[in-house]
Amino acid sequence: MRRPFAEFRRHASSRAFCYQLLVAGLALALVWLLVEQTGAELRTRGIRSGFAFLFEPAGFSIGESVLDFDAAQPYWRAFLVGVLNTLRVALAAIVLATVLGLCLGACSLTRNVLLRGLCRAYVEVFRNIPLLLQLLTWYFLLAEKLPSADAALNPLPGVFLSKSGLAFPWGGEVPAAGDFGIAGGGAVTPEFLALLLGLSGYGAAYLAEIVRAGILSVPRGQVDAAAALGMTPLQGLRAVVLPQALRLMIPPATNQFLNLTKNSSLAVAVGYPDLVSIANTSLNQTGQAAECISILMAVYLGLSLLTAAATGWYNRRQLRRGH
Amino acid sequence: MASRRSALTAIGRQFRPLLDGWGNALATLAILVTACVLLPGVFEWSILRADWQPDAERCRALLGTGACWGVIVEKYPLILFGRYPFDQHWRPALACGLLLAALWLAGSGRLRVRPALALLSGALLGFLALLHGGGFGLPIVDSQLWGGLPLTLLLATGGMAGALPLGILLALGRRSRLPLLRSCCAFYIELVRGVPMISVLFVAAFLFPLFLPDRAGGSALWRVLPAIVGFAAAYLAEVVRGGLQSVPAGQGDAAAALGLSRWQCLRHVILPQALRAALPALVNTFIGLFKDVSLVTVVSLYELTGALTLALSGDAQWRAFYLEGYLFIGLIYWLGCLALSNFGRRLERRLQYSSRDC
Amino acid sequence: MNIAGWKCCSALIAVLALTPLAAHAGKTLDLVRQQGRVACGVSTGLAGFSGVDSKGNWSGLDTDICRGIAAAVLGDPGKVKWLPLNSQQRFTALQAGEVDVLSRNTTWTLTRDASMGLHFTAITYYDGQGFMVPKQSKASSVKQLRNAEICVQSGTTTEKNLNDYFRAQGAKVRPVVFESFEASLKAFFSGRCQAYTTDVSSLVSIRDKEAPKPGDYVILPEVISKEPLGPAVRRGDDEWFAIVKWLVFALIEAEELGITQANADSLRSSPNPAVQRLLGSGDDSGRLLGLDREWALRAIKAVGNYGEIFERNLGSGSSLKLPRGSNALWTKGGLMYAPPVR
Repeated sequence: MRRPFAEFRRHASSRAFCYQLLVAGLALALVWLLVEQTGAELRTRGIRSGFAFLFEPAGFSIGESVLDFDAAQPYWRAFLVGVLNTLRVALAAIVLATVLGLCLGACSLTRNVLLRGLCRAYVEVFRNIPLLLQLLTWYFLLAEKLPSADAALNPLPGVFLSKSGLAFPWGGEVPAAGDFGIAGGGAVTPEFLALLLGLSGYGAAYLAEIVRAGILSVPRGQVDAAAALGMTPLQGLRAVVLPQALRLMIPPATNQFLNLTKNSSLAVAVGYPDLVSIANTSLNQTGQAAECISILMAVYLGLSLLTAAATGWYNRRQLRRGH
Repeated sequence: MASRRSALTAIGRQFRPLLDGWGNALATLAILVTACVLLPGVFEWSILRADWQPDAERCRALLGTGACWGVIVEKYPLILFGRYPFDQHWRPALACGLLLAALWLAGSGRLRVRPALALLSGALLGFLALLHGGGFGLPIVDSQLWGGLPLTLLLATGGMAGALPLGILLALGRRSRLPLLRSCCAFYIELVRGVPMISVLFVAAFLFPLFLPDRAGGSALWRVLPAIVGFAAAYLAEVVRGGLQSVPAGQGDAAAALGLSRWQCLRHVILPQALRAALPALVNTFIGLFKDVSLVTVVSLYELTGALTLALSGDAQWRAFYLEGYLFIGLIYWLGCLALSNFGRRLERRLQYSSRDC
Repeated sequence: MNIAGWKCCSALIAVLALTPLAAHAGKTLDLVRQQGRVACGVSTGLAGFSGVDSKGNWSGLDTDICRGIAAAVLGDPGKVKWLPLNSQQRFTALQAGEVDVLSRNTTWTLTRDASMGLHFTAITYYDGQGFMVPKQSKASSVKQLRNAEICVQSGTTTEKNLNDYFRAQGAKVRPVVFESFEASLKAFFSGRCQAYTTDVSSLVSIRDKEAPKPGDYVILPEVISKEPLGPAVRRGDDEWFAIVKWLVFALIEAEELGITQANADSLRSSPNPAVQRLLGSGDDSGRLLGLDREWALRAIKAVGNYGEIFERNLGSGSSLKLPRGSNALWTKGGLMYAPPVR
């Protein structure tokens, strides 16, 4: 009687297969149950569901956008504007954080005690305070310290910096003073600036550690060899040390870039209309929490996968070159 | 003459790292000048012109010129303990003290792993019991009312305590020989790591109650804590996987040759080495988690940041002094993170010694 | 996975599968009585409507409504469980049954009433959206704010009104949307935006308490929208809906009849049948609602009539000093009108 079962027990692979099948079945049943349950709940409570709302007019305007956006346009376009805004700030912050991180990482290895101490202090302070607090502090500082739009700073011809943001020549247009502040040309708002500063300042502290570890991983002999060849320390760093360190730095740096993109979701705290901000407003106006949140998650997931793919490609190319 | 000369050289040698080469000297000069420009303003605002009296009128006169630390003096019970019943504030204070003392003792290196774990779980239970009440004549306080520092500590320690075992399981699952289990774990890890924590909190706070029938969802705290555990576990899983990969394959073979079962091998040979290798990254993930806890304020849980909002935004007298409040809780977070990273460094050193022993 | 793991798993599945049976088992009133408290969703802090003082006590117009409900239903105004909710979370909290009543300065609109699984009960405050600008601003009317940057707090009807208004004028504005109240205020007062917009009820207090120099700011005369605020309840429970609605009406009716916190007990012997009915010494008005005779008496004794609630939290008795305006009784030129309690 018990023989088939004993046989089954002995057969590790078929047993494993059955277990897996069971797990998969249970997982599917769980998902089905949740979906079914939620649908029923929403229906009995008279709550609208579905993605049809995406094609209705949004009815709110967005302060800054890459695309032209008007309140009469549908929700999906508002979400698109949000995605583009998120991308814009994330990309700018990644570039800035990389530059800053490289400088900080290199500085924390110099002989200048003051400079080294300052870099270490920067890393320790900026890594250990929640980003949300940093963003708010940056924003309040910018809002407090910048001059008003009538008395905008004009460091370069055509470039204005004021409480209304940073205006610069763009697309053949030069900004000039208008009725309410500066008009014309390209412009970024103080919200964008605060977010950019906060994200890149925070990201740079992490990147600095990665850079430091990367450079330290290059054997001392390499530096000496570069010096023996008559290279200046800077040349040695650029031509000998960094290319070797880069290979070790790329995987953790990718992670940091991803984190930075995800951290841009805190934009709503300082009034920048990123994807989360748009989703929040839409959620409030339509009451369709499930739909808005799933769009949000899908977009971030997509961005993460894209970034991972891009750095993976770069990493492979770098490895090929190295050999 | 000679002695003066040598003294000068000695002083010069001290300054050489600062002034050696023109780039170096320039950097030093720039730092000093910036410090001279910035520091007096900060000093004037935060100390010279600051007011420590909890007096809203005097503070309003100072707005913009000096700090009003009086707002902390006036509001600290609300900021630190949130909406916890006012006359019971000694309970969260004691609970936090208990938990922090246990964490310190466990982290100080005076205890071995098992007693330390026992102490920590005991302290966590005591912490929960004190907050919740119900025995010894303590009135029960609903978890909806917990807030401020105890909530931050609970979410952070509870999140870490839950996420570590789950993360280890996920990491093992991702290296499993069963393809379905492997891909499920990988899918989960990549899914969670691909989305911001805010969206996971949204799901826990907004969507989960809709999935469940009336009131079955319970208090927001018990929905958000599992969300934090699930979120942190995905990150920890990758850290642990890195540790597992660093363990040479020969270790497993050797254990098998000694007749250890697969479980014994994992428990006594592979995992200790893997966790040791992953330790710095683990501590970093914990620090990240501790800071990320500040995000639960977006789903109406009033930990430190949220409690600050609660304390100030409804009170027209004190609303204007947010910056001081932010600085105050920023300091608390900073101290917490610093303690954690110190602990990590000490643990690393200790493990290095102990691995040299054997 | 070992046997214990499987057991856990199947137990979890069983629990999940059985939970639908437990849904909607009790009506809100039964649940409230059983748990001995009313779960009330309030705002995280809006001066005059709801807020915590330094001792952790709640006060405000919105919170007093909840106290009144607790007094009427449970006989004790203290039996309220407060849930401070942000604007994103308020509707889900109500939908999911985390709160029994949402009394959180929420505007009654068609979309909310028809598609979000809730019902607004009555209006406790007639508000409208106004604007504040710096005194030296070029704008003396809202119409002149075209193309201006305007600071707004997100998650409210304010954003949409702003847009509707300027679209009707054929103009555009640039909203700067903040999630938090304090960030939006800080931005405006530091000069980031040319105007600040929110409900008129908040504008005055913001100017007086928040501005570095209150005299430097003016509130523009136009009010661009109707913002009727009131408590909302979950759909599908008519009994509870009626209780909350009639509690608000009873408080308004009490003001009209001259019943106050102080004289409520003595007026029970009043010869006026309307007063008797409301205070439970005449016809039993509570029975029809599923409550007892003295439901309204207890609420009035706990929080006072509508006028007293207003004066205490928003009017002359508060630091906000708002005039009654539209919120005066209909007999005094306002809009507060309760259907007859009979």
